[in-house]
Formats: sequence, structure tokens, C-alpha cells
Amino acid sequence: MTDLPMTGPHILIDNAKKFPPTKAAMREKDYGIWQSYSWQDYLDQVKDFALGLASLGFEREDKMAIIGDNRPQLYWGLAACQSLGGVPVPLYQDAIHKELHYIVNHSECRFALAEDQEQTDKLMHLKDETPRLEYIIYDDPRGLQNYKKDWLIAFTDVQEMGRRFGKENPDYFMDSVNQIKPDDMSIIGYTSGTTGNPKGVMITHRMIADCSRGFLEWDNLNETEEVMAYLPMAWIGDHIFSYGQALCSGFTVNCPESTTTVVQDQKEIGPTHIFAPPRIWENILTQIMIKIEDSAWIKRKGFDYFMKVANRVEKKRIANEQVPTGDGILYQIGRFLYFGPLVDNLGMSKLKVAYTAGEAIGPEIFEFYRSLGINLKQLYGMTESCAYVSMQKDGEIDSESVGPPAPGVEIKISDKGEVLYKGPGNFVGYFKNPEATAETYEDGWLCSGDAGYMTEQGHLKIIDRAKDVSKLNDGTMFAPKYIENKLKFSPYIKEAVAHGMGKDFVAVFIDIDYGAVANWAERRHIAFTSYTDLAQKPPVYDLIQEAILKVNKSLSEDPRLKNSQIKRYLLFHKELNPDDGEITRTRKVRRKFIAEKYGDLIDALYDPAKESVDMEATFTYEDGRTTTMKANLKVRDVNTF
Amino acid sequence: MNEKIEPILRAENISISFGGLKALDNVSLTINPGEIFAIIGPNGAGKTTMLNVLNGFYKQDEGSIFFEGKKRSKHMKPNVIAAMGIARTFQNLALFTGMSALGNIMVGRTMKMHSNIFSQALYWGFSRKEEIEHRRAVERIIDFLQIENIRRTPASMLPYGLRKRVELARALAAEPKLLLLDEPMAGMNLEEKEDIARFVLDANEELGYTIALIEHDMGVVMDICDRIAVLDFGKKIAEGTPDEVKANPEVVKAYLGTAEG
Repeated sequence: MTDLPMTGPHILIDNAKKFPPTKAAMREKDYGIWQSYSWQDYLDQVKDFALGLASLGFEREDKMAIIGDNRPQLYWGLAACQSLGGVPVPLYQDAIHKELHYIVNHSECRFALAEDQEQTDKLMHLKDETPRLEYIIYDDPRGLQNYKKDWLIAFTDVQEMGRRFGKENPDYFMDSVNQIKPDDMSIIGYTSGTTGNPKGVMITHRMIADCSRGFLEWDNLNETEEVMAYLPMAWIGDHIFSYGQALCSGFTVNCPESTTTVVQDQKEIGPTHIFAPPRIWENILTQIMIKIEDSAWIKRKGFDYFMKVANRVEKKRIANEQVPTGDGILYQIGRFLYFGPLVDNLGMSKLKVAYTAGEAIGPEIFEFYRSLGINLKQLYGMTESCAYVSMQKDGEIDSESVGPPAPGVEIKISDKGEVLYKGPGNFVGYFKNPEATAETYEDGWLCSGDAGYMTEQGHLKIIDRAKDVSKLNDGTMFAPKYIENKLKFSPYIKEAVAHGMGKDFVAVFIDIDYGAVANWAERRHIAFTSYTDLAQKPPVYDLIQEAILKVNKSLSEDPRLKNSQIKRYLLFHKELNPDDGEITRTRKVRRKFIAEKYGDLIDALYDPAKESVDMEATFTYEDGRTTTMKANLKVRDVNTF
Repeated sequence: MNEKIEPILRAENISISFGGLKALDNVSLTINPGEIFAIIGPNGAGKTTMLNVLNGFYKQDEGSIFFEGKKRSKHMKPNVIAAMGIARTFQNLALFTGMSALGNIMVGRTMKMHSNIFSQALYWGFSRKEEIEHRRAVERIIDFLQIENIRRTPASMLPYGLRKRVELARALAAEPKLLLLDEPMAGMNLEEKEDIARFVLDANEELGYTIALIEHDMGVVMDICDRIAVLDFGKKIAEGTPDEVKANPEVVKAYLGTAEG
């Protein structure tokens, strides 16, 4: 390992030497055609941009905010910033003003790189309030031609300045790259915590390189892989996957044409490696289910039948048992008729390995993909560990655990049942927040905040966030996320919030999946006007009730969880939204916030006399306008088993 | 307005009747190059009729139209007028429903294609080169209107708001000197309206199109237009900048009824 380059820019320079010009490092679909960039192109682009930044006065340890969808230019910007010894700070592209303000201010960004007009506008609003921010650089000039400001510069103009600067200072780039040390900070990833302000996780070059290489070795991945980059660049998962792993292996990163064309673009590329959070897998599942529902009855029946077969077969495969010959044959027929074409349609037919990471996935959703023959595996990690703690091994898959510790990682369970770990990805500390850092580290062990245990096979099993796991009044263990994830297997349920801490029984808020339920309602000629209206239709309650009954049935089969079946529920009047603070940008439920904001609704769930509850909510739009909405939400009881 | 600017289109004293109904009564207007011009008015004011006269669907009974300074023959066919550089969209959508969005937009380029049907069918030599060139232009418009994801979707399967966008794309693809939009925002929700307004503005500012549009949503029009003409019962009751028009008592009366009423 010792002679391998350890920093992003060094690896990039090495790749440009190592790989021929015919090998694509990046592809971007533009004007309907895939444009390729070789590793040499990648390096040239990074170099020009870096020198341009240098000519604007970029100094070592300067921070640069990066915001936008996954465009090659933004990855180049990231690498350019690093090669000057600076620290990129990627931001969530859907972040609202308040969040951006906090992070840009806290991280002391002097430079910002924005994808387009939308993001540039957001940053320009910040400019007056964050005095340290000096330059805003944009990639897509569309709509920006009338913005005449000295501090607002196009990406290509910066590169042009860089080429001029490079002629006068031919050694500048290499000199500054050579000053970078593996233990220098390479990126600050802000975590959208479920409580309080975001915290800036400081990560070094060595951590990214070690973890990326660890991942690659685990699955024998090499430079021939194709991946799609469409998840937020601010997510550590994307950084490891589309940047770290791509550099370390030399594989090709493909940027989709737009966020709306990902599915089509993925089909064209046929990625061999996918890394995505559960919500993506949930969304794909919902889309599949809607299409199946829309198809002719014979196809529907056939699909249901063969899915059952596939499920049986997968259960055997997971248990490493012999698949009965009859089922084996049926599975092959099912693969020919259904699974093969379906997987092909998803653009996953060339897939070697896919990971779900960032959150717990419902076991039913996980098994669904595996049944189709997709090698979906679970991975456990967090920003603080560069997403590197534990992951499943081929042949040792289990739908409810997250696999053995990754190479180089040690895991220990604290007396309180919390998961602690030590590994190459453990972060340096929170930026300008030593108190939080001290709270997170305990004698060199990183406290994950998750409750879990090690199974007999030596696999880590995560129960829930430690602070969320509690008990019902009768002493039954109550793990809200576990129940919520089971609910989310239904294509009609987008999000759920389970309540039960210190209560007699479990009750839930349910957020319907507007697309799926609207489609369902249209087919049944149920007229509706809005999300709120649709959610309150009695047939929709019946539909959701069916899904809840299935979950209750499954809970009743586990003696420890039998009493945590859902007894009452209501359908929420709006979608939970990060802009309203109800969930984080990575879609983690902010329980405390919801409990405070919707206390009345929770009271109604536990008041047997109430069959409905009135609610009034005020929404604030991005431009400051507010509207008030009134709704009457029905509360229903569900049978338990 | 600078008086020396040669208007791209000038309509003088246009009148047209359908049977006994006088749809337009002596209406004159000028559209200057590079501006967004709006024709507004209550239902039945004659807005669409005016547009139909401008692009040659209807022949005016009286009056004349000057395009780029030259008087236009009254008997000119709409396709000839289109070839001169006037493209339009329709209030009630006129897309080829079985064709993909891409196909529909390519239709907008037809006027600019020179190879004949046989060589096109063979996709060979010049026509191949030509097709690639036009496809490139169309892709730029697809990118401009952000409809990459529906490129291959048949028009019939698109929701209303997107069909309107495809129609706008087709009109843009013709690279007209003057673009006529018939209620581009009709039947849309606020968000869709804002999107279209953005595209119209960008088409004007970035691509340099001169645009004349009809709309009865006053709010959006006031925000994006340079000049406005107001029609009421076939007569022009006002013309000017949004602020001038807003302050005009005649306009207020036409839209809100009389103050005494």
C-alpha cells in the first residue's frame, strides 16, 4: 500500500499517466449524446480551473462551497480546490437559504461553485450576509447573461484565466499538488443532523483513499466498472463512490443528462456498480408496482406468481440451502418471462454489485431486489466514518443485518447497547466544534448513536437510533424505524412516523405516496383535488389499512415485537418535507420536531374518543409568502393479531 | 420607445367580420424587434382572431399588414407566411399525438430542410448531414426547455403542461423572426405558469426571439412584457408599457366592469 498515491490530486495525476486516452474517466450526457472525458482530460480540466482559482487569489486551506447536480465540472472543481490545498464543502442542492447561510458562514467559504442560475441565485442572496464569500463561479451560463458582477465568473472563464496564469507560472500546479499531505483535510461534509445545526465532518485524503480502496477490494472492483453519479454530491456516499472509488480504481463515472432522465440514462449505460440510499430503492420499487398494477391482468397474475417463487428461492439462497428442483425450474421460467426484462428495463442487467446505504432498508424491499437476481447488499456507515464500518459479503447475505466489519474496522457494543467502532474512515473532528467531537469519541472509539448487536455469525445488526429505541408502557421494545421501514414496503406509503415511547400502544402517522395513490385512485375513478383531499378519502384509508394489517401480521410473528403492532393511525395532510424541517435532506425523520409541531395529532391518536382531528397549518414558501391550510384528519383503529 | 426602430410587424386598421359579428374593428398595432409584446383582453375580445390574422389563417376584410417593412399580400397562404419567419403555437394544442416529442419538434425544422423525401428516406449523403445538423438544433431547444426526459414519449401520453412546452419547442425550432404564442399559460397551475414565463423571457433575452403573445392572466403578462395592447369587443382600447396600461381607466373598466356598476 505504501507506494500508492494517497491524495485525490496525486491519484488523478497518476491515472492520467496510467490510463490511455481511450479510457473514459467521465461521461456526461449533453444534447442527447454521451460526451466522454479521458483521465488526461479530467486532469487538464482540473488543472486549468485550479490555476484560474489561483489567479483569483485562492490560498491553501481556503474553503470552496460546491452546490448543484452531479456535473463533471463540479467534480473537477472539487479536485481543483484540493490540488491547491483547499477544502471543498459540497452542499445539498435542495438546501434552503437558512441552511446554506449557516454552512457557508460556518465553513468560512471564500469561493463558491454553483451549477446553474438556480444555485447561483441562492448564493448571491448569501453574498451580503456572509462577508467571507468573495467569488461565485457558475457552470451553466443559462439565464445569467444579465448578471453583471465582478465577483460572478463563469467556470470556463476561470479556466481561461488559469491557462493564462499557467503560461506565466508553469510549475505552479505541480508545486501546490506536491505540498499536499495525505493527512491534510480533503473535504468537509456537513451532516444534516436530526437535531440542531449541521456539523462539519472533517475528512482527510488518507481516509478517502483507504476507505475507497477497502470497498474496491471487498468486491473485486476495477477500472472496467461503470457507475451513475446522480446522488447529492454533499452525501458522503457519493463522494466515496463517484470521486474516491473512481479515482482509486480508474472506473467511469457517468453524469445523467438531468435529474429527470436518470432511469433512461442508466438504461443506456448499464452500470456495474450502484450505491444508493434506501429511498432510491423504495422509489424504484414503487414505480415497478405502479406499472405492474397498470398492466393486463394476466401479466399481473404471472408476475405475482413468479415473484412468490422468486421469494422462496431467494430465502433458500440466503440461507445457503439447496433450492428444490421444481422451484429452480420455475425460477428460470420467471427469469425468462419477467425478471430478466424487468432488470434490463431498470438498467441493472450488467450489475455486479449494488449497495443500499445511509439508512436501514425494509427487509421486504431488500428481498424483493435480491429475488430478482440483483446482488443488492447492505452497508453500514456514516459521514463520520466515510461510510465505512461494515458491509455484507457475497454468500453471507442476511436481510436484517449489515454484515461483518469492513477490513481494518473494529466494532464493539457498549454496555448500553450502542455500536462503537474504530477504523480507517474515522473522522478527524467536527469543524470548529470540539465539544461535539469530544462527545462523539469515547477513548478513541467513535460512538455511532445507533443501537445494535453482533449476531452469532459475527454480523452487525442495527436496531435503530439509540435515542429512539424505547419501551411501551407494558415493557415491549419499541423501535420506530423498524416498524416504519416495514410500512414503507407498500408502494402507497412514502413515509411513516411511529409513536409509542411511554404509551400503551403503537400509533402511526402515514404519508401516502402521492404518485402511486393518485394512480390507484384514477384507475378506480376516485376524483380528488389535492394531496390533502386524496389522503382523506375513505377508500385510501382502506387501502393503507390493508398495508398496515400486513405489517401487523408480520410483527405478530416475532414474539418480542408482538405487542408493538399498530393500533391506530391517521393519514397525514401533507408530505413530510425537509424545507419544513420535518425530515432531513437525507430523509431521516426528525422525531422531536414532529412531536412538538404535531402534538395535537399525536394526542388524538391516543384519545380513543376521537375519530377525527382538526388541524390548521401555516406554510412558508421560499419567497416568504405564507398560506394557512385547514384539514380534518380522520383517525382509524386497526385490528391486531 | 425609439421612433427610429423599424417595427418587425405593423398591422394597420385591421377589421374582420364573421357574418354580422365584427370581431376586429379598425385595430392597429406594431411589434418592435426584440420585444415581448402582449395582446390582452377579456374573453371574446378578438385576441385569437388577431393572431390568426397575423399569421394568415384569416384574411382581414380591411387593413394591411407590413412584415419587416414590406406590405404583405392579403392572399398569402399561412405556410408561406411561416416560411417568411412567423411561427406560432395554438391555444388548443396542435401536436401530432402519435409522434414523440422529439418528432414533433423536428417537424418545426421542416421548413429549413432542403433534401427531398427520397434521399431523406435513404438517410444518405446530404440528407444525413442535414438531419444531424437539425437534430443538433433541436437538441439545443430540448435542453433549453428542459424536456430531455420526455424526448421519446409520444405526445399523446404527455400531460397538458408538457404538451404546451413541446409546442413551444416546435415553434422555437422553426427559428422564427416573430414568434406568436396563443395563451401559452392557459390551464396551468401557478408553478407551470412561472416555468413558461421563465422560458418566454429566456427565449427573448438569450435566444433573441421577438415574441407576441396572447394571455388573459394579467399578472404574468405585466411581469414579463415590454409592451401591451388591450382589446375589448374587437377594439383596441389601450397600448403601452405595463404601467401605462395598468393605469388606464378603460382597461380597468373592461376587466373589472364599471365603477358605478
